Amino acid sequence: MASMTRPYPNRAALWQAAPLALLLAVFFVLPLVLVVVVSVWDYNDYAILPDVTPRNYRDVFEGCVASLPELCLTFKTYLSTLKFCLLVWLSTLLIGFTVAYFLAFHVRSLGWQVVLFLVCTIPFWTSNVIRMISWIPLLGRNGVINQWLQSVGVTDAPLEWLLFSDFSVLLAFVHLYTMFMIVPIFNSMTRIDRSLLEAAYDAGASGWQTLWNVVVPLCKPGIVIGSIFVVTIVMGDFVTIGVMGGQQIASIGKIISVQMSYLQFPLAAANAVILLAVVMMIIWAMTRVVDIRKEL
Amino acid sequence: MTKASTNKTGTTISRRALLKGAAATAGVGTITGFPAIVSAEPVTLRYLGTAVNQSREIAEKVKQDLGIIIEYIPVTTDDVTKRVITQPNSFDIVDTEYFSLKKLVPSGNLLGMDAKRIKLADKITPVFTRGEVGGKKIGDQGTAPKKVFYLEGQTSKKFASQPTQWITLIPTVYNADTLGIRPDLIKRPIESWKELLNPEFKGKASILNIPSIGIMDAAMVVEASGIHKYADKGNMTKAEIDLTMKVMIEAKKAGQFRAFWKDFNESVNLMASGETVIQSMWSPAVTKVRSMGVACTYQPLKEGYRAWAAGFALPKTLKGKKLDASYDFINWFLSGWAGAFLNRQGYYSAVLDTAKANMEAYEWAYWMEGKPAEKDIKAPDGTVLEKAGAMRDGGSYEARMGGVACWNAIMDENEYMVRKWNEFIAA
Repeated sequence: MASMTRPYPNRAALWQAAPLALLLAVFFVLPLVLVVVVSVWDYNDYAILPDVTPRNYRDVFEGCVASLPELCLTFKTYLSTLKFCLLVWLSTLLIGFTVAYFLAFHVRSLGWQVVLFLVCTIPFWTSNVIRMISWIPLLGRNGVINQWLQSVGVTDAPLEWLLFSDFSVLLAFVHLYTMFMIVPIFNSMTRIDRSLLEAAYDAGASGWQTLWNVVVPLCKPGIVIGSIFVVTIVMGDFVTIGVMGGQQIASIGKIISVQMSYLQFPLAAANAVILLAVVMMIIWAMTRVVDIRKEL
Repeated sequence: MTKASTNKTGTTISRRALLKGAAATAGVGTITGFPAIVSAEPVTLRYLGTAVNQSREIAEKVKQDLGIIIEYIPVTTDDVTKRVITQPNSFDIVDTEYFSLKKLVPSGNLLGMDAKRIKLADKITPVFTRGEVGGKKIGDQGTAPKKVFYLEGQTSKKFASQPTQWITLIPTVYNADTLGIRPDLIKRPIESWKELLNPEFKGKASILNIPSIGIMDAAMVVEASGIHKYADKGNMTKAEIDLTMKVMIEAKKAGQFRAFWKDFNESVNLMASGETVIQSMWSPAVTKVRSMGVACTYQPLKEGYRAWAAGFALPKTLKGKKLDASYDFINWFLSGWAGAFLNRQGYYSAVLDTAKANMEAYEWAYWMEGKPAEKDIKAPDGTVLEKAGAMRDGGSYEARMGGVACWNAIMDENEYMVRKWNEFIAA
């Protein structure tokens, strides 16, 4: 094989790759570079001043070391965001894996698999915001669930923590993003050679042993891809946390959005760069655990 | 203010209306022939602003009266500011708030408006020009319109302290805001801003999550509770910001707030569903809750109101026919029909005499004089807002505007304030 590859890639291949490369350069790389550049610029109330200053990064981390062990705004916000990230990741992984497992191994006919898979996508026919907002009348103080709980006598006062709480944020996230786990995991599962499962059975493995030693390792790429989706979305989210948390829960995305609305673009850019770095580190750590490229 | 919700735009222009409009511009009256129409192409004004004053009815009436086509660009207040600064060529007329001027004027993107070309400039209520109503001074803490009403020159980046020929914004609407309450759930009189943090309403209070406005409401509470007296609530020192936010953070940690809101609909939903019983609110939002059949009062409080005001400005790049059309439109806006239209929604218009001439006597008495309604009070779209006999919350125009304690503002320590506000949300 090695002798057949040319020292330089052939022209046709370059041309074929060019449109995507160009698209990425213009719509991804260039804006990203601009964000990084702006993050070191100065600003005033109404203009961005193009001279380099460490001010924005200093402002982001102001008092973070001095005030320890008390957490500063940035650390506190990241902690809160990471907490949601972990909880959402765990929940979507468990639910996503279970659903994918059911679809891949319990539903025998391909036809039914397709039908049930499509059923999973039905919620995506409406917008994110509508799916979120529809929880509010259900969970509210005088909402359906509270009224039902009180009418059957389980509680005698409305449960306040159902809405505008960590719980409701988590619920909405899981509702919105479990699909991103189901799809790649399901994809990995359908590629598993069924004879491996038979071999495990023949060798006397229990159901759990088969699951843990055969299915899970072979699903790793799907799990990692799903995790990347979920983690990146939750880290940057501010709409879900805003709507379901009653605007009372901090998220790094919300801070960026507030700063942009006050024309503090360089400060927002500095925050965005830091957020990007954190997300990249998480993704890097995940790909350390599983080499996706090799597995695919 | 981010009243970007009750949006009534989306005007579709029929061909017939277009032709009529064209004819009107040409001053022909009747359509005489195709070439004449082509030569008198109607002017289109791109109108940037929040959805508050962007009504289909206004656009239609302008087209009928002047032949000018209004093309609405409805965005939030924050986006209005952003757009004026970053894309001053993307609109022909902008409707923004007075407090935003502290950012917009130094950026140099706006044109001072020539008072000589505004026919009713002298008739604009003294609330704006002198900070008076009914001959009495009104509160001027914060960015009171009179502080930013005049420019030193047409293209000046500085505000003038004395009246000049150059006006920054021609007022469209303004109002004095207070707390909204659910009288059916509170069941006792509410008289002071400090009730917002009364533990009695633990888990049932809300304020708005727009830092520069929210902190003003917080300041009203702090002052009402006797914790601190501000020299200017609309321009706090760092220490005052710290103090204000400390009070709010303590209340938040004690579970005082059910949720914060950011737009009109959120505030309506919180109140209508009973999630909150007391919160900062805007007058039309209270009206909306009431029109849903839920009791809601726009409660006048003894410490006074937090006022806001919006108006028209022109971008510096505007020239020729479009500039003339903009002046025509602004003159038309002040001439009464629009003023009456807005007064009937609970806002106040800039020139009162002309609005009065366009309203029924009983309407004027209800909306502006604080008298009981002689007949049912109807919204511009015909729905009944109040039954006969009802009285407007806060009484007459003079009582309400006279009770203004402070105006929406951009502080000198704006940046610090935003940071502290983010800490409050994170607490």
